[in-house]
Amino acid sequence: MAFGPFLFLALLEGTVMAAVLALTAIGLSLVFGVMRVVNVAHGEFFMLGAVTAWFVTHYLPFPPAIGWLAALLIAPLVVGAIAWLADVFVLKRLKYDPEATIVATIGLLYILQQTALTFYGPDARPVEPPFNLRLQFPWFGYSGYKLFVVLAAGLILLGVWAFMTRTKAGLVMRATQVDMETARAFGINVDRVYAGTFALGAALAAAAAVLIVPIQQAHYLMGHDPLLLSFIVVIIGGLGSLRGTLVAALIIGLSDGVISMFFSPTLAKIIATLLVALVLVFRPQGLFGAKT
Amino acid sequence: MTKEVFGLSPSRRAVLKGAGAGLLAAGFVAPVWAQSAPIKLGFQLHRTGIGAAYGRWYERTAQAALKVINDGGGINGRPVEILFEDDGTDPKRGAEVVEKLVSQAGCDLVFGPLFSHVVIGTAPRAAELKVPYLVCSEGYHVASGMLNRWTMQPGITDVRAQVSSMAPWVLANLGKKVTMVFPDYAFGHDHRDFFTAAVEAGGGQVIAQVAIPPTETSFTRYMPQIPADTEVLYHVMVGPAVLTFVKELGEFYGSGARPEIFGFIDSLEAVDTASPGLEFLEGTHFWEGHNRVKQADASDHETAYRAAVGVDDNGASISDAKDVSTYAHMFSVWETLHVIKAGMEASGYQSTADRQKFVEAVEAMTDMPASLAHVQGDKRFNGKTHQVFGHQFISKVEGGKLIRAHTTSLEDGMYPDAVDYTTQSF
Repeated sequence: MAFGPFLFLALLEGTVMAAVLALTAIGLSLVFGVMRVVNVAHGEFFMLGAVTAWFVTHYLPFPPAIGWLAALLIAPLVVGAIAWLADVFVLKRLKYDPEATIVATIGLLYILQQTALTFYGPDARPVEPPFNLRLQFPWFGYSGYKLFVVLAAGLILLGVWAFMTRTKAGLVMRATQVDMETARAFGINVDRVYAGTFALGAALAAAAAVLIVPIQQAHYLMGHDPLLLSFIVVIIGGLGSLRGTLVAALIIGLSDGVISMFFSPTLAKIIATLLVALVLVFRPQGLFGAKT
Repeated sequence: MTKEVFGLSPSRRAVLKGAGAGLLAAGFVAPVWAQSAPIKLGFQLHRTGIGAAYGRWYERTAQAALKVINDGGGINGRPVEILFEDDGTDPKRGAEVVEKLVSQAGCDLVFGPLFSHVVIGTAPRAAELKVPYLVCSEGYHVASGMLNRWTMQPGITDVRAQVSSMAPWVLANLGKKVTMVFPDYAFGHDHRDFFTAAVEAGGGQVIAQVAIPPTETSFTRYMPQIPADTEVLYHVMVGPAVLTFVKELGEFYGSGARPEIFGFIDSLEAVDTASPGLEFLEGTHFWEGHNRVKQADASDHETAYRAAVGVDDNGASISDAKDVSTYAHMFSVWETLHVIKAGMEASGYQSTADRQKFVEAVEAMTDMPASLAHVQGDKRFNGKTHQVFGHQFISKVEGGKLIRAHTTSLEDGMYPDAVDYTTQSF
């Protein structure tokens, strides 16, 4: 394949990856930003989203397009509710102590993973995409659904941005992020903000999974890669900085697409990890993180 | 006061003697009693992890074969039991599973694993425990001499024999310039090394080799590595993402020009060939170890086997048409269990003390005629390399179904021995 089309395909793949990554990582970043909790179970919320999407599309008697849309609504709600419960029954009881919550979310990771294994099984199961459209370029074909994923992820991210900047709930969350004690002094119910933030973060991961599941398949071990990549993105972008997370997702997604294609996917992972190391050494707060 | 028992007053020494004699007698009696105790076979099962689709069907196949064997009087007149233990398709757990099955559960031998990294990780432990380890992994690692005297592969042909037997047909019918796509671990490396060698020996050329990590979930990024002048695309993929791989391959070529495609059914095991997005496979070819779709000339044994494992004529579960089997591989479990029966009966196997005799009895096996014990077809076992050789099938997708187009002979896959395990000590 000639250089031009080659680069074009690499950029297409990179954009899809960046979009999904941004959606997954923004949830992780939000949870850390507001709650100062490093959520190691974030990848499992992603996996639960995909598994829920399979259950919804499999058991509700809708055609694929409607079933998928239903999954896009139901999966984030279900996963958000599970996260809410995890916050109320686990994290709150640990008083959000940073070390204790890391260990607790590691435990949560295994509980969620094994629960999925028990009730969903060890198989990878496909979810039908809402539509089958293949774009035929002169050099190669490409899935129209993948481009739709980019669009949908963009819309959801726009929604998150509007929620954070234009609504009262968003204002309350930002206030809690800046100073939890002052927020409490002003009568903000911080417990509810925390539970809501944790649920929102998980719901975003679940939404990303519903977008990706027609491309991949729902599998109980699928949470590992998104978790790793989300951490890479969030560390590079600056923990808690939403803008940084977006920029880092674009950098990692596009560079992964291009490097994977022109060299090898393994090299792309090596470079991303190296980038994390460099950021941690020279700019520990991340590209857009505030110094603390 | 002295206690009287039946008018005797036993001294402490007499009581101890009596107890000792009782113990001795019990010791002598025990083996006689144990003959009716079941033979315990350990099954190292990929119930979870990346091999789960295979594991589900391997368990069903083993249960079906077990029923046939027990209904026929068991082994050496004793009933047979199988203990299944999940290894998570993980090499580290593989060794632990064998340890547990042998040391704790007291299994007579262990069999059943497929994934080559698990087999390679587990075989040394089996040798340390001196327990027969019968694998169904296709890897060349058994016949290459990499493993040990306790590890044998009597149920399925290895990759080296498979690919070298089919290469001439591929070169003659599909094209000479080949690009290979394979998983980047031992099993894929066997494909890479031996198919490349066979293609070059046949006057063809492998123009690119694309290695993909077996845990990969997205494949489009690898496809530009397939050169445009490729005449035959050779693909083999494993793991939970195989459907994604084949779908993305279809998206990549779309309605444009594409090379001939020759795939290993591994890329579609447990996946319906009529899934949406796979229409492009029409007219492409697949290797099959055993034909998933019941062929017109299916033997009676084949029909009986299909019914016993609960698979319909399309290769899916009788109870759920969406639950597609790993038909091309799972016969190996059935046949291995029958080889175990034959080996144990030939060696007069009684207890774990006879494990060595069992290995020697299997090593002495040669021709295995097609029968209910060998449902995939006749085979020849090489006792020196611990490897069996069988027929391979090349099928073409016609109307969404795999129809057999070519059958290789046993001789097509034979290669010179690389090892003589029978000269190694136990």
